[in-house]
Amino acid sequence: MTDLNRRNPISHLTDRPSKPSISRVVRSVEFPLKAAETPAGEIPLPSNVGGNYDTDWARRYLSRLTRRLALASLGKAVIAYYANPTIRGLDRLHDLEGPAIFAANHQSHADTLLMLTSMPAPWKHKAFVGAAADYFFGNRSTAAISALFIGAIPIERTSINRNTIEKAVDLLRGGWSMVIYPEGGRSPDGWGQEFRPGAAFLAKQADVPVVPVHIRGTFDILRKGRNWPKKSTSTVNFGRPLEFADDDNNRSFTKRLQTSVEALADETATGNWYASRQRAHSESNPGIQGPDGSPWRRRWALTDIEDKTDSRRRWPYV
Amino acid sequence: MPARQGLVLEVDRSTPPILFHHGEGFRFEKLPSGSRVIYPNEPVEPIEDVDSAIRNALANPLGDSPPLEALLQPGMKLTIAFDDISLPLPQMQAPDIRGRIIEQVLDLAANAGVDDVHLIAALALHRRMTEAELRHAVGDRVYDAFAPHGQLYNFDAEDPDGLSHLGETDHGEEVVISKRAVESDLIVYVNINLVSMDGGHKSVATGLSGYTALRHHHNVETMRRSRSFMDQENSELHTKNWRQGRLIRDAGVKIFQIETTLNNNTFPEPWDFLQKREWEMNAKERMFLFGTKKFLDKIPRKAARSIFQGIRAPFGLTSIQAGEVEAVHEVTTANVYRQHLVRVEGQTDILSMGLPYLGPYNVNSIMNPILVACLGLGYFFNLYKGKPLVREGGVVIMSHPTPQEFHPVHHPSYIDFFEEVLADSTDPEKIEHKYEKRYAEDEWYRHLYRTSYAYHGVHPFYMWYWCSHALEHVGEVIIVGGEERAVKRMGFRSATTMRDALEMATDVVGRDPSLTHIHNPPVLMADVV
Repeated sequence: MTDLNRRNPISHLTDRPSKPSISRVVRSVEFPLKAAETPAGEIPLPSNVGGNYDTDWARRYLSRLTRRLALASLGKAVIAYYANPTIRGLDRLHDLEGPAIFAANHQSHADTLLMLTSMPAPWKHKAFVGAAADYFFGNRSTAAISALFIGAIPIERTSINRNTIEKAVDLLRGGWSMVIYPEGGRSPDGWGQEFRPGAAFLAKQADVPVVPVHIRGTFDILRKGRNWPKKSTSTVNFGRPLEFADDDNNRSFTKRLQTSVEALADETATGNWYASRQRAHSESNPGIQGPDGSPWRRRWALTDIEDKTDSRRRWPYV
Repeated sequence: MPARQGLVLEVDRSTPPILFHHGEGFRFEKLPSGSRVIYPNEPVEPIEDVDSAIRNALANPLGDSPPLEALLQPGMKLTIAFDDISLPLPQMQAPDIRGRIIEQVLDLAANAGVDDVHLIAALALHRRMTEAELRHAVGDRVYDAFAPHGQLYNFDAEDPDGLSHLGETDHGEEVVISKRAVESDLIVYVNINLVSMDGGHKSVATGLSGYTALRHHHNVETMRRSRSFMDQENSELHTKNWRQGRLIRDAGVKIFQIETTLNNNTFPEPWDFLQKREWEMNAKERMFLFGTKKFLDKIPRKAARSIFQGIRAPFGLTSIQAGEVEAVHEVTTANVYRQHLVRVEGQTDILSMGLPYLGPYNVNSIMNPILVACLGLGYFFNLYKGKPLVREGGVVIMSHPTPQEFHPVHHPSYIDFFEEVLADSTDPEKIEHKYEKRYAEDEWYRHLYRTSYAYHGVHPFYMWYWCSHALEHVGEVIIVGGEERAVKRMGFRSATTMRDALEMATDVVGRDPSLTHIHNPPVLMADVV
């Protein structure tokens, strides 16, 4: 006789035995193998992840050596395979001395590895990356990996954390160079976003120049929402370092920085430096933020500026 | 520590063997006691902020020129000419100073909305620059922006439609320069002044000119009356260039001249020991020198050549000035002298010199015997002010392997010059009258010059004329370690060792001659008093 209390599955999908996966195994681990949650009503101890994660150990000799070897071997090989980068504008850094902030547009997780392998010596050997505290330092494992292999320090995106700012300024003053993405996060659709004043603030506080950098082509490699990289080609174009002038404020400097990156973007896209300088002077650079409009129109417009010199075969010959 | 001045060392028993450049190699020569060795000045402290210095020069020109920015207007024709592959020597480490200046000039032009811009490598009768060489000189950004549209190119002195005849000076010297330059509203000339002969009116009057105009000063008479052609006040070459340059100016051609001077920092690590005095080399450098010499002696010359041709100099900028040609060049010359002049007392019976692997006309190429002669008797001999280092009737001893080897693409007319002309005579005057016109107007050489990467047909003649002052002045030229057949063909004597050369020299200058050796490069210019 049929048991009327037994409910049929809503869908046959929910009744399917789940596949074994690493994340399922990790999630099934319980205390004492996993930290216990603080009971409701109790005040948790201060967190030592996120913005409070201490990354000093990642700048000690052994960690630096590990990072340098890893970037020079595995990092470079991975970038060469997936991003096949063309590096331009290094001559503009000829007179740069001492630490600097390398401020780039941000399209993909591949950007950081690309930057760390494309920056010239000596800056790449003594560089740290401003990484989102909530994303890269959310737990101890990702925090340790981020700190060790890309020299990341946590930067709060959603709140003001004086410790993280002071840490970055101290490191800059101590001769370390910084990679930062003034847009505050990866591009959602391939177009750039308005720059935030973090780079300007740090440049002023630490009295170091900012090198504008434009990265092109990494959106296709590891865009937001994608977990596995795809092969593409990329270009990293380094601009002339910008100094924080006496008459600058954070807003004007950020504007100047964004304009510089936009000029580099124009230069890379058109391949005509002189024409891009003419547009820069007449303030008619197309910019990196793309046209207003619906997402599909923005995406459509993006295809207009994609590399037309890419002659790879898209369809099989018949 | 501030840069030390050059030194005239008197050789005694404790003096170490002196390092001689010897083509793509070195020799160590123990010079007799009492000889003198002239060492160049140490590199002058370079300008730290190069971009600001360029900006400042463009905004604050010399002479009666307005700032560059005020000369640029929308709709104008702008021509930017720049020195070719013969400068500097060796090629400088990237970024080349020409590219840095051109970028700033173009940035101002972009701001002014100038569309019609041409960039011309002012190479006169030199070989055309390859794409890689142009890219090195102007930078990738500038190259990619202009070359694909045909707006960046090598000057063609044989283009019948590309030249403009501006007239004759009051001494009958024709002035013919690039038509594009004449038709431009403004020429911006970007120069590198490595030695005091460079720059000034010579930049446009020679660099953007051809055989018709150049023959008036690239000749034996002018060279013999230039004492030396590196000393502007006593250079007939300079005087004639200036007359032509002033005619260009008076014809209404507007030139904004940008001149730069570089310091003596010629060799990068690990070759930097080459600009040290022998007793100041540390153990590591001495070991490297010893090992390198042995290595270079063993490997094929082609391999050694490719090693040396790969050297890029870490030159530092010592000055940049812009504006009216003559006002600019006066300051430039003072800065060249600041780096190069070394005071030397009295002449010598024998002048010795170690010739390096490189001269102005064999960059990325082969130094053939004619270029060896030109480097020693043309350039090194003439690097004096006042009077020649060697007395009249004295002996010049040069150290160079002098292989009878020619670059078939770069120097085709040199091969015929060597085989036909020098086999007939080594007398510059006779050569000039008998052969020059035929080589200058030869259609095959003309074709190679215009379409390949060949020096003009007349170029080897000019190299020989460059030697004519020295050939008239000295009693004997001896080449140590030179290939005998090549040395003999040029009318010189070859010696296996320096000791043999000195012995041979005594036939000319007597039993107890004085000897002076110039330790060059880095470049020095003797101020002989």
